[in-house]
Amino acid sequence: MIAGLFRFKGGIKPETHKNASAGSPIQIAPLPKQLIVPLRQSPRATAECIVVPGQKVLKGERIGLPDSPLSTAVHAPTSGTVVEITPHAMAHASGLQTRCVVIEPDGDERWIDRPTLDYASASPKEALAWLRDHGIVGLGGATFPSHIKAGVDGGIETLILNGAECEPWITCDDRLMRERADGIVAGALILKHLTGAREIVFGVEDNKPQAIEALRTAIHGLSGDITVIPVPSLYPAGGEKQLIRVLTGVEIPHGKLGGDFGVQCFNVGTAYAVNRAINHGEPLVSRVMTVTGNVDKPGNFEVLIGTPVEALLALGQPKPDTGRILMGGPMMGFELPRLDVPATKATNCLIATSPTLFPPPPPEMNCIRCGACAVVCPAELQPFELYWFSRARNFGKAQEYHLFDCIECGCCSYVCPSQIRLVDYYRFAKGEIWAREREKSAADAARERFEFRNERQAREKREKAEKLAAKAAATKAKLAAAPTDAPAAVATDTPAGPDDAKRALIAAALERAKAQKAAVEPKNTDALTPEQAAQVAEADARRAAQAAPDTAADAPESN
Amino acid sequence: MLTSPFVRKPTSVQQVMFTVLVALLPAIALYVWQFGAGIVVNIIIATLSAVGAEAAILKLRKKPVGLYVSDLSAVVTAWLIALTFPTILPAWILILATVLSIVAVKQLYGGLGQNPFNPAMAAYCLMIVAYPSAMSQWPAAGWMDLSTHLQLIGGASLDAVTGATPLDALRTGLRSGTDVDGILAREAFGILGGRGWEWIGLGYVAGGLFLIQRRVITWHLPTAFLAGMVLISGLFWIANPAHYASPLFHLASGGTLLAAFFIVTDPVSGATTPRGKLIFAASIALITYLIRNFGAYPDGIAFAVLLMNLCVPLIDMKTQPRVFGHKGD
Repeated sequence: MIAGLFRFKGGIKPETHKNASAGSPIQIAPLPKQLIVPLRQSPRATAECIVVPGQKVLKGERIGLPDSPLSTAVHAPTSGTVVEITPHAMAHASGLQTRCVVIEPDGDERWIDRPTLDYASASPKEALAWLRDHGIVGLGGATFPSHIKAGVDGGIETLILNGAECEPWITCDDRLMRERADGIVAGALILKHLTGAREIVFGVEDNKPQAIEALRTAIHGLSGDITVIPVPSLYPAGGEKQLIRVLTGVEIPHGKLGGDFGVQCFNVGTAYAVNRAINHGEPLVSRVMTVTGNVDKPGNFEVLIGTPVEALLALGQPKPDTGRILMGGPMMGFELPRLDVPATKATNCLIATSPTLFPPPPPEMNCIRCGACAVVCPAELQPFELYWFSRARNFGKAQEYHLFDCIECGCCSYVCPSQIRLVDYYRFAKGEIWAREREKSAADAARERFEFRNERQAREKREKAEKLAAKAAATKAKLAAAPTDAPAAVATDTPAGPDDAKRALIAAALERAKAQKAAVEPKNTDALTPEQAAQVAEADARRAAQAAPDTAADAPESN
Repeated sequence: MLTSPFVRKPTSVQQVMFTVLVALLPAIALYVWQFGAGIVVNIIIATLSAVGAEAAILKLRKKPVGLYVSDLSAVVTAWLIALTFPTILPAWILILATVLSIVAVKQLYGGLGQNPFNPAMAAYCLMIVAYPSAMSQWPAAGWMDLSTHLQLIGGASLDAVTGATPLDALRTGLRSGTDVDGILAREAFGILGGRGWEWIGLGYVAGGLFLIQRRVITWHLPTAFLAGMVLISGLFWIANPAHYASPLFHLASGGTLLAAFFIVTDPVSGATTPRGKLIFAASIALITYLIRNFGAYPDGIAFAVLLMNLCVPLIDMKTQPRVFGHKGD
């Protein structure tokens, strides 16, 4: 049971603008003409495509197989025909391309068979595989595969359901909690079962009283330790580490996960998707998104994954003076370089901007070290120090001052009276450090490869020489055993060495030649003169002798 | 293309500086009430020289003149110089001090945010070393009419109107063998400190509390400075009350209250970490007290501030707060 709330340091209270869309119930977005489904639905993992152009697919049919531990399955969001499988720009500030399956809907929305899973009797392994195969990822924005988080082996005490939704403008989680609280709670119970958590805590910012009420109604009468806690509305209270801190008092350092501290945190939308997957057999093919900003009809829509952003934006009816389009919230979202990109499982909000709603940033002035940034930093960093170090390219010092603990929440930039775009400096510094580390590890790898190859070549030469020497020794031994006199005596008297080997080989060759000569019918293939045989043997021995002593001083090959 | 965050708080350096100026108004009003409107004349002179100097050097440095002049930081420096300098100082010294603080102490180091030293205090130190007698001519307690003031700052010498500051009086009194109580009974002294100056001090406190409420400054610096002053003066006072003035006298005299809320709180040249701020401000109080009692100058705040400005990088480096999740490190 949560005794009292804790505080995280810092935080800001930007204008929320949530009223624009919070009042509008979730509507089902109409089917777009085409769905562009990226095979990459979570970071570091692209699913393996298992459909071909021209193939008919059903809604919920798998089109991408998870082929790595961090990968999840990808499904056809509706029934229709696969038109092509092609690289397509993804919803990212870079506008980079990723492999996408383009599906033309047939309009029937025909579902594939939807078997459900009795998770209480299923083995944990089975249930986790079920989540993976139903494409369940974190819907809070990071799209981390849920089967990994739910599969943390034991030690989880508290399961936190994140309904804080602290970013301004966004209301999709709010609406989901208001309208589908039962589904969220059902999903939370599944996640509790999978993680083995003792208690469930819903953390919802106190600016969403209706959502809190709906959740409380949904948990009413449930047995077990399950509570809904209103948390103070203070951005970024919905940051995983901040919410865990507020609800449990535990501070999770950079590089550690909640699971290491007995706390696991899922977005309420994820819990809802888990419920749909397990209790209804539906893979994750749609999610709720907010369309808001400079639009006539801001609202929340249940959108199929792969719906082009322009189609989605049109649902809100942007005003004529609409400028840039933001994906995600205004604090941590990004500007879309183009609008033909598909919505993904991470897409929670589209914001149409206008010069009045989002005025262009004023000119940057010098830092006056007022420390306003340090006061609001939820990571308790000294942002202005990081700014000075990043600006001076003093990356070592920036890391020493915990640059990588920065969660890029934007609080510092928000309050800076000198209008310094602080987060940009940290992104720059992080990028530079990563680039340098990549270069360094590339150089390290190249050096290792080179050293390994040198060693291999040396070893091969050594082995060859040893083999030859052994062969020579064997021949010597044979000669010694044979009823000939002088050469064998020499061979046995002196210690074995390259020269001895040579001599032994010459002797052996001569012996063989003699024997051949003595033979009645010499074979054509072996018709070498003794001189020839001796030359061959000598050459072999010379090569072996050269290779053996100076293998280390070998020059690298050009390749 | 822009990057997140796409929204920002409606705030600016100009707004921060404007708030500081507003916070100085109660003290200025009390100054006028106690000593006459001369201070306003000085503030105008200093402001004009500071803004003029700032604009000129920004132009020379090929920086956006309008952007940086309108940030009001030069105006804040000008007001602080006017308030810390003797009011009856010849105007040319005031102008020289202001121009030097803007040009040499601030802009030559890189302008706004780049100066390692507090501009007003650096100007004060320069002037007290260069013109020690002019810098110790303070008006006697009481109202002075504007024409007398104008004559004085025009360079006229009117010995009748000048008097020693409370700290000066205490210093010379103690040297001549009088004990503290005897000195404080004289006419120049009021209830706590110098007559008239106590009221202005209250104005600084009011302005300072306003700045804390508006989150322009944090409580750390004024609290540590005042606490440091009370502690060190209290120790000496308890040991020998006949020879050392009480903590209350030290709080109410000289620039203690002005410094507590408006000088040691300069963010640019001061320490920035919470613990660093405490060390920085308490050290200034300590050094100030030592200079007041054992040094060659009656008030040592300016020197103490400059000395501690030098220590800021070290203090900040050694007092970095623990970051989130690293409490056990």
